[in-house]
Amino acid sequence: MRKTLIAAAAAAAVTLPSGAMAQDEPIKLGVLVALEGAFAEGGADGVRNVELALQQAGFEAGGRQIEYVVAPSDTTPDTAVRQARKLIEQDGVDIIIGPLSGSEGIAMRDYAKTVPDKTIINGISGALETTWVDPAENFFRFNLDGSQWGAGLGTYVVEEKGWTRVATVAADYSFGYTNFLGFAVDFCRAGGEIVERFWVPLGSSDFGGVIASLPDDVDAIYLGVGGTDAINFLNQYNQTGAETNLIGGTIMADQTVLTSRGRAKEALIGTPTSGPLATDDPSEAWQSYVTAYQEAFPEDERFPTPSLFGVGYYIATLAALQGINEVGGDLSDGQAALHEALSTTPLDTPLGTVELNENRQASGSVFITEVVEDGEGGLRNEFKARVDNVTQTLGMTPDEFRAMGLPSRDNPDCAALGGG
Amino acid sequence: MTAFVSRHPVWSVIIGLVVAVLLWSIFAPWSEAMEETFGRKRIFLNAVFGGVTLGALYFLVASGFTLIFGLMRNVNLAHGSLYLLGGYIGFEVSERTGSWLLAFPVVFIVVAALGLILQNQVFRRMEGEELRQTMVTIGLSVVIADILLWIWGGQSYTIFAPDWLSGPMTLPIVSGTRSSGEIVFLRYPAVRMAILFAAIVVGFAMWFVLNRTKLGMLVRAGVDDREMLAASGVRIQYVFLAVFGFGAGLAGMAGIIGGTFQSLSPGEDTRFLLASLVVVIVGGMGSIPGAAIGALVIGLAEQLGLVYAPTYSVVFTFLIMAAVLAFRPQGLLGRS
Repeated sequence: MRKTLIAAAAAAAVTLPSGAMAQDEPIKLGVLVALEGAFAEGGADGVRNVELALQQAGFEAGGRQIEYVVAPSDTTPDTAVRQARKLIEQDGVDIIIGPLSGSEGIAMRDYAKTVPDKTIINGISGALETTWVDPAENFFRFNLDGSQWGAGLGTYVVEEKGWTRVATVAADYSFGYTNFLGFAVDFCRAGGEIVERFWVPLGSSDFGGVIASLPDDVDAIYLGVGGTDAINFLNQYNQTGAETNLIGGTIMADQTVLTSRGRAKEALIGTPTSGPLATDDPSEAWQSYVTAYQEAFPEDERFPTPSLFGVGYYIATLAALQGINEVGGDLSDGQAALHEALSTTPLDTPLGTVELNENRQASGSVFITEVVEDGEGGLRNEFKARVDNVTQTLGMTPDEFRAMGLPSRDNPDCAALGGG
Repeated sequence: MTAFVSRHPVWSVIIGLVVAVLLWSIFAPWSEAMEETFGRKRIFLNAVFGGVTLGALYFLVASGFTLIFGLMRNVNLAHGSLYLLGGYIGFEVSERTGSWLLAFPVVFIVVAALGLILQNQVFRRMEGEELRQTMVTIGLSVVIADILLWIWGGQSYTIFAPDWLSGPMTLPIVSGTRSSGEIVFLRYPAVRMAILFAAIVVGFAMWFVLNRTKLGMLVRAGVDDREMLAASGVRIQYVFLAVFGFGAGLAGMAGIIGGTFQSLSPGEDTRFLLASLVVVIVGGMGSIPGAAIGALVIGLAEQLGLVYAPTYSVVFTFLIMAAVLAFRPQGLLGRS
């Protein structure tokens, strides 16, 4: 009895000071998010979701208060790094949540290596290279990467729709290549043929020439653009009176596009897309998250359901909170314990359980959806199918995947994968 | 024109040749060898028309900008905000009344009124202080952009063209021949042709007003020497107001057009400000024909670039601008 008492006292003595010290200072999260440019609206939803996750945790984790600072970027890598520096050097944040877009992610991977005693949890950037090529020890990604998001869609359009010849129009930057790669690998393995590929600069507003160049004799056109670019494309596509089937990349039929005002988006009706979420996913985790989101914000200040960008930032914040809880708010020793906890503990998310691989990259589920009218004059994505356990290497061995090469304008080679 | 030809015979020949080649490549049927080297004619034609119609939009935005600069030496960096504001108001009007055409007069009046207030209440107080005016317009553009974001939010808006302009129309230009020998005519979005037509009408109307009316005479005199004009008894403030109001209203109407064939969202204001700046730098500050040529060149460069060299298309615009600044700093039609 006495021994236990002494042990307890000793234990208390050991933990107390650190506990007391930990209580003193709040843990600061820096939210690095694009609030300008094509993804501004999605970025704003990211901020809302960080707030939601923190509210649900009562702005507390591991016995310490949690504060957050928002740093706006404009989807360019140099702004992202500049803002990240500002977060760490001036605001003194412990953990960065972000960034949002692909090239920013790669820049932040490199930046992460210069601040090894901080933690960066990816917001929603989807470039494959971020966690595949020379990954940083303190950069964690709990969302699937852009190529994983494309997986499953190719098989779906070949088998369910019977579309085997497609032309593609995609954004000419890393996410565009990566998301396209996921679709193309799958599509070509299922026997599809890519007739022609067009790459358009991010932020293009006039696609008339490209639309005219699209070949006539294809079953469908794959569109890998997003945000404002997607709306411009659809608007001009309507105006030329073109009527080929469309296949959407992950950001083509996101909430950002579906909630835009005007009728351009109506060209999307019937378009299959794939991505890390389905807004009408019947699973309980997802449904309760959506309810929480809808209750947390008034209807005119949010999307009808959380956007892809929003979910990404929500899950990243959950990961941060779980990690901090796991280590009891102890960020000493260069946050080594937090890094360990983040890489090993599976995370329950609204999209199912996510586990990180050796590159600190998530494996998880991809959802196939189709755009339908919601009966109230708007559009929504209807859940069609779910592909589980999509790995970073799309079901190949890491060596096979490496041999295929990194996503680029000409990669993957469709013929080499069995396509026509 | 004749003066230009006699002064620059070599340049005239070169310009004439370029125009002739362009016209020939648009109207003449392409041989198979040509289609092999340059791709299908349909693609080329669409890129050219895309460039011309995009140029029409740029012209509408930039002509007001260049007119204001020419007369008042005021670089109005809030011009893009007027464009975006016009687009949003146009969206509301056309959505509520169901009439696309009605949006134009409403937007013109509202945005022109805002322009009058700006000129009368803000710029008049700092006349002749160019740097201060420029700084104030930057400030205004930031403030207006935030107000627009507050009212209309960050989502994208597209304005729906009326039924009689939706879909494509057939132009009397041969785009190719089917294997059966049948001739295929170019099909092109009707709304863009309407915009091109409107821009040409506006351009000629401006030219007419500037060159054939008393008001135009005053404006031209003001561009040349506003002190002398004021000294000769003209109430130059009224001329300033008219020009500023007109330029602002034109930018607002361009916003409706931009919202119809592209889209409206935060950030479009700076994009169009930049486009107008490039257009007037290339065309020559203060010159309406210069703005027309500058807009055409930039529009064509963007569209042909996007189709034939997508990787570098972003650069072309600025290469043209750099070349003009290096060899003809006053702009193609500007006066040194």
